[in-house]
Amino acid sequence: MSADPVELGAFGRPMRGPSALGGDWRRFLHLAWTLAVTDFKLRFFGSVLGYLWQLLRPLMLFGVLLLVFTEFLPLAKDVRHYDVTLLEGIVIFTFFADATLGSVSSLVDRENLVRKIHFPRMVVPVAVVLTAYFNFMLNLLVVIVFALSTGVEPRLSWLEVPLLLGMLGVFVLGVAMLLSSLYVRFRDVRPIWEVVAQALFYASPVIYVIERIHQSHPSWEKFVMCNPLAVILTQARHAVIDPHAPSAAYAIGGAARLAIPIGIVVVSFVLGFWLFNREAPRIAEQL
Amino acid sequence: MSGSTDGVPAVVVDGVSKTFSIPREQVHTLKERALHPFRRSGHDRLEALRNVSFAVPHGEFFGIVGRNGSGKSTLLKCMAGIYGVDAGAIYVNGRVSTFIELGVGFNPDLAARDNVALNAIMLGLSPRDARERFERVIEFAELQEFVDLKLKNYSSGMHVRLAFSVMIQVDADILLIDEVLAVGDAAFQQKCFDVFHRMKEEKRTILFVTHDMGSVRRFCDRAVLLERGELQMIGKPVEIADNYMEINFGRETGGQADGEKRYGDRSAEIVDAWFEDERGERQTALPQGRACTFRSRVVFKERAEHPAFAVLFESEAGHPLFATSTDWVGNETGLYEPGDEAVFSVSFENDFAPARMFASPWVVRRGSKDLIDRRPRMVSIVVTGSHMSGGLVDLPHDVSLERAGETLTARASSV
Repeated sequence: MSADPVELGAFGRPMRGPSALGGDWRRFLHLAWTLAVTDFKLRFFGSVLGYLWQLLRPLMLFGVLLLVFTEFLPLAKDVRHYDVTLLEGIVIFTFFADATLGSVSSLVDRENLVRKIHFPRMVVPVAVVLTAYFNFMLNLLVVIVFALSTGVEPRLSWLEVPLLLGMLGVFVLGVAMLLSSLYVRFRDVRPIWEVVAQALFYASPVIYVIERIHQSHPSWEKFVMCNPLAVILTQARHAVIDPHAPSAAYAIGGAARLAIPIGIVVVSFVLGFWLFNREAPRIAEQL
Repeated sequence: MSGSTDGVPAVVVDGVSKTFSIPREQVHTLKERALHPFRRSGHDRLEALRNVSFAVPHGEFFGIVGRNGSGKSTLLKCMAGIYGVDAGAIYVNGRVSTFIELGVGFNPDLAARDNVALNAIMLGLSPRDARERFERVIEFAELQEFVDLKLKNYSSGMHVRLAFSVMIQVDADILLIDEVLAVGDAAFQQKCFDVFHRMKEEKRTILFVTHDMGSVRRFCDRAVLLERGELQMIGKPVEIADNYMEINFGRETGGQADGEKRYGDRSAEIVDAWFEDERGERQTALPQGRACTFRSRVVFKERAEHPAFAVLFESEAGHPLFATSTDWVGNETGLYEPGDEAVFSVSFENDFAPARMFASPWVVRRGSKDLIDRRPRMVSIVVTGSHMSGGLVDLPHDVSLERAGETLTARASSV
């Protein structure tokens, strides 16, 4: 077999197999960005109303829920700017649901790329999250316009928003990595996650505010606040909409306890990253 | 890449093995796992590559040849970094681009402009480079009028042209190409060939997976032949092509078929028939253009007077190609007693087209023309060669073209 007079030892750069991140950060970013922008454009220009549809979906939900909870159910009672709170909650949760549900089958959907070119595998879920993030940013603009028009005043505490968005981004990315790598081997991840996401919608203070739990089931409040989404929603309401609303630290019963939801975010990110990293080399063969 | 590549080959494949485990029974759901937690789902191990080693120096056009399932595409994917290897290592010195399929990442709902950028970035260009080279891509593809047309409205020919134009804009030192030539019409293929020639002149290293022996012979400096995941041989394209033909057609048979039809009274029997190469060794495959010999051995069980020995060569489809007999040596072939043996031989230049060829020998009684023994398709041989003319035979011939005092001539011969 040694028909070639090759000296052992000086073979040069070894070709490593597929990995989660790859060595080249610029290529990673170029790819993730290109895929995300392309996807976004396709949704944008695919229909007559384009972006409006992306906005209309949460707005419709908002309209229905607002009607139900202000007119028929007493959830909006005594809540200042319930409408803004509800819209903001829906927009934040929509991002969470879109990004995580979209990432579940992302590797399988991108099969033709995964099996045909060498690129860091993490690009795929990251691009899905990015696409959802673009949409989220546009929707947030709508929330801000709506908030200002209903009398919410800009305050310095709005500067907390990037921090909250960062935390949300890390959480979403962690879940996206976890789900997308699991889905390659277990196809029932999707229905399971659809149910979980549905449950999370009601378990998070989107349609209600956290004080409502406190009033009816005081002992549950801290439990509900362990959900990172609850922390983000509650704190966003406190910082952006109503300074008199309880902050996340107050609702959970002390800033120290915030370690639990933050811990959940960190753990889901680390776990997701670890699992994705472990699965990355074999994704192409398992599809 | 770096300039310090002197002496270091462009690609080194060092003892690479790759095994796929294929679930025997697709257990894909958690529910199934939960219901049968202890049932071990069986896995079939498919050894796609077994201890494959070779090196490709810079600037070489290297072919990777093998039948379907021989592991050639797996090898390419390992070199491209799409699959990890289970054992061994692959070393690559230079920028690599992989073309397993034309137009990876193309989206039918986007215009050509966006698709070019998308595809180029997938293949490793930066977004800026991709934008800068867009004009050149479109120019080469001759699609200037259709830049803003959505890809789904492109004809398949335009689609291929666009993809190929992007591909050649990628400035890699090492190109891994998987049968992209299989698509497109003759004009497109010619364009591909031209580009390959240019790349060859630019001293780029090209690894090319194919089972088209014509292009191997036309382009490759060297090639490797894979068979069932193992490296069968490495060497000159011509040798590889011959060997490929042999394993493609040979191997399974080469001997007598079961349940063969046989005619005659069997007062003598054709007990053996075979082909020999020019050195007199038995072969199941013979290269085109070389001398070879067909022989059949006949054992007599009854007395026979001046029998005639003959053979018919026919193509796989049953077309008679050529027949001959001992009539050429005369009618007096002698008297045979029971137990006597005779060997009938036909020597010829092998000018048959590359394919499988069958020999049907027979022995016949002089005068009465009664068959003593006839064994249709008793033995077959694979003629190897890489030139497919489309005919059943490739006679050596001269070709010339005269025009206004100019004359082009060539000798057509496979040796």
